[in-house]
Amino acid sequence: MSGHDEDWEYDDAAPGDEHAGGSGFGAIQVYLLGLLLAVGLTVASFWIAGSNAVWGPGIPAALLALAVAQIGVHLVFFLHITSGPENTNNTLALAFGVMIVLLVVVGSVWIMAHLNHNMMPMEQMLKMQR
Amino acid sequence: MSKGPTPSDVAAVYLQHGPYRRGHDPHGHGHIEARGHGAGGPAPKRVIVGYGFWIFLLSDIVMFSGFFAAYAVLAHATAGGPTGRELFDLKRVAIETGCLLASSFTCGLGYVAATRRRQIETQFWMLVTGLLGLVFVILEVLEFYEMIEKGAGPDRSAFLSAFFALVGCHGLHVTVGGLWLGTMMAQIWFKGFRPQIMRRLLCFNLFWHALDIIWVALFTIVYLLGAGA
Repeated sequence: MSGHDEDWEYDDAAPGDEHAGGSGFGAIQVYLLGLLLAVGLTVASFWIAGSNAVWGPGIPAALLALAVAQIGVHLVFFLHITSGPENTNNTLALAFGVMIVLLVVVGSVWIMAHLNHNMMPMEQMLKMQR
Repeated sequence: MSKGPTPSDVAAVYLQHGPYRRGHDPHGHGHIEARGHGAGGPAPKRVIVGYGFWIFLLSDIVMFSGFFAAYAVLAHATAGGPTGRELFDLKRVAIETGCLLASSFTCGLGYVAATRRRQIETQFWMLVTGLLGLVFVILEVLEFYEMIEKGAGPDRSAFLSAFFALVGCHGLHVTVGGLWLGTMMAQIWFKGFRPQIMRRLLCFNLFWHALDIIWVALFTIVYLLGAGA
């Protein structure tokens, strides 16, 4: 017991560590709260995708917003990545990861959309080759 | 006092309390000062292992972002073949999502039970996690099988190539995670809650939760945007 448990009293935190202290929530309550929020956001996503409640062209934006919110819930309640001082390293690594992911995804979509836009229509291209 | 602990203070604490007692407590408040400022000696191994694994997970997510980018670019390149709207069964995707989310939760419960040194409870929650993961993988394999039967395999169009690569890569991660889960259950059963086993369990938990995060992005971008909007 002692050798390992002693590990838990320090202010550094690994990702995934529970921090029950202070907030008044036990470890299981944190997971429960996270589950409730995640289920709510998931149900909202599926419901919006299949209904007319949201203005049609706004559905993708609503879905993306819900997904980002749910990813945030997972990070905080399941992976225990917080803004606390003990979590600085983990949060910085996450910020760097998010930057790379956004560069790759948004950059690809942006560039390819422009390429498609600037490309000659297929019939004209075939005519030129004749 | 305002200068903070000097190296000799730290060394004294180290000699008195061993490697795990970090920091310096000049005011006698009984709480430890060092917060990753470098003055408190090395961080506990658990923190270093978790951080390293977190970096790996982020690099894995960056790899997935490549597949996501490919899918986003090719989503409309159906080459006259079936579109997502015709192929995706949102009911099945909802069940898959529920399984993975529930398994993320039970995985967390298993970890809490492990930190409390409860063998049976830990094994039970990890078994539930594994079974939910298994249901997820079976549903996904069924979906792939039905699509290929319909002639909508990865060779039909660029859209389907990107779809199978992205979703298949996630499914492969879940499968490998399931094997890891079984290994962890055996290790906990036979070796008990040793510190190194607990560190492995922490890494496994991070892995499983990260898979769920990728699935959130996946069901939104691939299935909901592909089938609904």
